[in-house]
Amino acid sequence: MKSFEFFEPTTLAEASRLFAEEHAQLLAGGTDLVIGMKAYTETPQSVISLQRIPGLAGITTYGDSINIGAMTKVREVELSADVQQHHTALAEGASEIGSIQIRNLATIGGNIAHASPAADTVAGLLVADAQVDIASADGERSVPINELFTGPGQTVLAPGEIITRFRLPKPASGSHYIKHKIREVMDLAFIGVAAAVNLDNGTITDVRIGLAAVAPTPVRATEAENLLSGNAPTPELLEEAGEAAASGCSPISDLRCSAEHRREMVNILTKRTVQNALARASGE
Amino acid sequence: MAKHPVKLTVNGDEHDLLIEPRKTLLAVLRDTIGLTGTKEGCSTGDCGACTVIVDGKAVTSCMVLGVTASGKEITTIEGLASDGELHPVQQAFIDTGGYQCGFCTPGFIMASKVLIDENPDRSEEEFRHALGGNICRCTGYTKILEAVLKAAEEIRTTG
Repeated sequence: MKSFEFFEPTTLAEASRLFAEEHAQLLAGGTDLVIGMKAYTETPQSVISLQRIPGLAGITTYGDSINIGAMTKVREVELSADVQQHHTALAEGASEIGSIQIRNLATIGGNIAHASPAADTVAGLLVADAQVDIASADGERSVPINELFTGPGQTVLAPGEIITRFRLPKPASGSHYIKHKIREVMDLAFIGVAAAVNLDNGTITDVRIGLAAVAPTPVRATEAENLLSGNAPTPELLEEAGEAAASGCSPISDLRCSAEHRREMVNILTKRTVQNALARASGE
Repeated sequence: MAKHPVKLTVNGDEHDLLIEPRKTLLAVLRDTIGLTGTKEGCSTGDCGACTVIVDGKAVTSCMVLGVTASGKEITTIEGLASDGELHPVQQAFIDTGGYQCGFCTPGFIMASKVLIDENPDRSEEEFRHALGGNICRCTGYTKILEAVLKAAEEIRTTG
């Protein structure tokens, strides 16, 4: 690992000022950055730890809405009763990251800011329609999670901007996440699919479908959502939605699997995760 | 680069250290403090050999910068025995032969200890899943799992 200057600011303003400098990296849980520095793929001149800044970690519930601090460990997200109940897909996604030892270190903010298209918490945040709160020395702003990513490892965050919080305003009565993988644990997603639904008398009133690792950024399957929304979920409609999700994504072939396989699995897993979310919404 | 003052409580002992920011907690434990029971396997968080307990949570110490552990309480394999008596998890690994070359054993024992402290009633399947972040290069998983279940049973019955 190359040497670097280490900073532990206690305010966001100070952290933002340091982070706006060239060759600076934020340190949240370290599970990506420290490994990257060991491999010399990350060679920051300064590393700014966020752990001493008050108020960045923890899960708070206000009625129906849940706020998750960016420095909250993914293990805490996974085990939170409120997240499990209202945003099951997010809790399930968090539980799919690495091992318990890694989830005790990794933060939800780091998982998102790293901007891997395959991040396990991202599909759950997409279907929760999360708002991402961002702070800098100039003030605060908020962007919807589906507008955060611009490419693999790339986001709309400007130099000095720091993700502080995820706000999950709309609970879904049923949601589900499926990670397509080989190993039971310690694996990266071939693809990740999440669905969240609300039902009214057998009609789908709200539906959101989030896809990971099938495009340069995590994406919503809006065409599939439009097919399902306002309709009763018949097997034929689910077939159409699966096909729409598959044709709407743009997967690549890589070491892990082929684009054709990814596309076929988007079709199958979209159907399956919507079915499971529907089952949960109807209390099954 | 400048060294940073770091205060670590390791197995109940306080250490005031000056360390380089690029040193991992694993390196600080092994090379600075001299506690070599914690092992370095893959060095990328995949194998679990470097598992230690920080503020009650099992973590892979190869992924932690030592400077960020300042003020925290750390327990390593050397800190489990008390008054010359092995911790029940350590004793169970010996009794069942839950080790072959022994390299993964400290990591498995530290990860298992926290799992049993949290909930000794986990099923075999649940323990197996929860220990997925620990790899045994001798593939001695059957005996390791026996050891964990034996220790859980003992801790469940004796408290």
